[in-house]
Amino acid sequence: MSNTLLILILLGLMALAYRLGMRRSQRLVGGPGGVRDLHSLPSYYGFFTAIWCGLPALLVLFLWVSLQSGVIRDLVIADLPEAVRTLPPAQLGLVINDIQNLAQGNIVSGEVSLEMERAAAHYQRLRQTSFAASVVVVLSLALLGLSVGWRLVSPKFRARNRVESVIKWLLVGCSTIAIFTTLGIVLSVLFESIRFFEMVPIGEFLFGLDWSPQMAIREDQVGSSGAFGVIPLFAGTLLIALIAMLVAVPIGLMSAIYLSEYAGARFRAWAKPLLEILAGIPTVVYGFFAALTVAPFIRDNGALLGLDVSSESALAAGLVMGIMIIPFISSLSDDVINAVPQSMRDASLGIGATHSETVRKVILPAALPGIVGGILLAVSRAIGETMIVVMAAGLSANLTANPLQSVTTVTVQIVTLLVGDQEFDSPKTLAAFALGLLLFLITLVLNVVALHVVRKYREAYE
Amino acid sequence: MLSITPDTVALGAARKGVITAGFSPVADDARAINGTVGDITSADPRMTARNVNVYYGDKLAINNVSLDIGVNEVIAMIGPSGCGKSTFLRCLNRMNDTIDICRVEGEIRLDDQDIYDSGLDVVPLRAQVGMVFQKPNPFPKSIYDNVAYGPRIHGLTSNKNDLDEVVEQALLKAGLWDEVKDRLDEVGTGLSGGQQQRLCIARTIAVAPEVILMDEPCSALDPIATARIEELIDELREQYTIAIVTHSMQQAARVSQRTAYFHLGELVEVGKTDDIFTTPRHRLTEDYITGRFG
Repeated sequence: MSNTLLILILLGLMALAYRLGMRRSQRLVGGPGGVRDLHSLPSYYGFFTAIWCGLPALLVLFLWVSLQSGVIRDLVIADLPEAVRTLPPAQLGLVINDIQNLAQGNIVSGEVSLEMERAAAHYQRLRQTSFAASVVVVLSLALLGLSVGWRLVSPKFRARNRVESVIKWLLVGCSTIAIFTTLGIVLSVLFESIRFFEMVPIGEFLFGLDWSPQMAIREDQVGSSGAFGVIPLFAGTLLIALIAMLVAVPIGLMSAIYLSEYAGARFRAWAKPLLEILAGIPTVVYGFFAALTVAPFIRDNGALLGLDVSSESALAAGLVMGIMIIPFISSLSDDVINAVPQSMRDASLGIGATHSETVRKVILPAALPGIVGGILLAVSRAIGETMIVVMAAGLSANLTANPLQSVTTVTVQIVTLLVGDQEFDSPKTLAAFALGLLLFLITLVLNVVALHVVRKYREAYE
Repeated sequence: MLSITPDTVALGAARKGVITAGFSPVADDARAINGTVGDITSADPRMTARNVNVYYGDKLAINNVSLDIGVNEVIAMIGPSGCGKSTFLRCLNRMNDTIDICRVEGEIRLDDQDIYDSGLDVVPLRAQVGMVFQKPNPFPKSIYDNVAYGPRIHGLTSNKNDLDEVVEQALLKAGLWDEVKDRLDEVGTGLSGGQQQRLCIARTIAVAPEVILMDEPCSALDPIATARIEELIDELREQYTIAIVTHSMQQAARVSQRTAYFHLGELVEVGKTDDIFTTPRHRLTEDYITGRFG
């Protein structure tokens, strides 16, 4: 019998409680005809009884499961010989791991001693006892809750209000999950970054011109300076983002103007969804498009012109990223252009302005804040984009403004720092968290500014 | 393009006869054509519309309307909702071109120039025939830029001083100068509703049009702002030809010299405003202005 079965039994009990509560409420008023005398509909009495039956029992089971492993561990350690108990925490953890593996029949790292066997048997016994106790406690709690809920059912009892308040708390819980998850991610990144800044000064990190995160493992290792200056990374990121925006803003904006102002309804009906499909292409597909098609194309054509083009150029990554971002810009711009009221167009056309004058002098200025907001959102997307640059932009941290050379970006470095077997206490690995934090702050600021601009614009015409 | 021949007139009258079978004109007029009661012509016409039909898709919105709009007069177009008076007004400067499914037949002339001629450019036409809309629609630009918009796009002025002069004159004529002369840099949308509508009138007259079309210019305004606009319309009559669509019969009576009554896409009766409101000749007109329906 496992916890899954226990939960299934609990659910069955809750279903039973629902029927019992509903029946009791109906019986108390003399059958279905007397439902008017009840405060709430019979099903609410059913739900109320089921909640009393299930909720406390589930909460206790949850607490039990989350606390049980710690308690059992402490009990096993207390029973170990003195020599093992006084080991440093890391090694003690390994021993406990071995005992657990032995108890569950998994492969054990070292020799199995008699003491280990005994400890494993002890561990197994404790687990069984704990589980049996939990079954008894949880099931009796469920039955107790059922009887309490059943007794509380009476015609005057306000079951609907109680059930709805439970549901309200459920909704509150769900809505806070996303918030707490975000908070948890930010805090974990923050704490790891603080550990990093204990090893590398924050000034050196923010303003250093060298990025070479290889750390010497041995004293005599060469070429491992361990320099953590993010300037080349951000220069590379901004260079690629700039190229992407140079591609995406004009194309996106102009296609939005065409679609919203000039295109006929039928062309628009299929062109707009088609354009938005671009946003649905997985970025990894863009990535190999950039690495296998665009980059060689640029290198070969550069060679024809006598230019020295790296095979992993910033230009290739930026171009493809720009294509990826076109739908963001065109879709958002299209929406804000359509939000400009028809009366503005009428006013301009009514004085004898041509269509293009109307677009340039009335519609674009009126839509500009919204367009800027869309562009800022697209920039933060470009800065955070990973897959395309991992595949197409290269790894060497060059501080250059030449788009034909290879540069690297913040996201690429985070990937390379964390890929493979790494120690989690070296500055090299922790640097990834510091980079992540910095990237997060930058995109956060961009998003806040963009959303503010967009919202301010929305109020203008309502 | 249709031109008026006895045949088309007869055809129009015949069709009219079918549709107006239930109507009972009180009297007949020698000069009435197309079944319209009263005198559609003007002694000194600026615009002439003859046998105009307007379709939205397959639906006939305006049926065979002929009407003159005279120099330095205000003509009011009244009628119940959906009677086609706004549609007719929008034909006069081809604003209906912006509606894809709209089709106009017939002949409309501005000073002997056929405005639906295929060789005619709508841009100068709309500069000559300006339009003020139902809801005040200033651009979200400064007051100055709102008024200077037309002169700038038409290149009417060559330097800043001339432009300043044009803007000031337009605002003076629209009766707004004293209220805004110290804050020309402020956004036009920040003015009150009545001021916004006068700003829109200033914006229209800044390009020196011959005709001003007004589509229910006071329907979004309070009574005091409405009174200001009505005064303004009366002053503007000295220099411009004005056609105004209105839902308010009192307004039509106050500001106009001639009144045209539309009903279900047809022009039922035209005449001097005083005559229309005191002695209407068509029963539909009488029913409408006495408030029996509408």
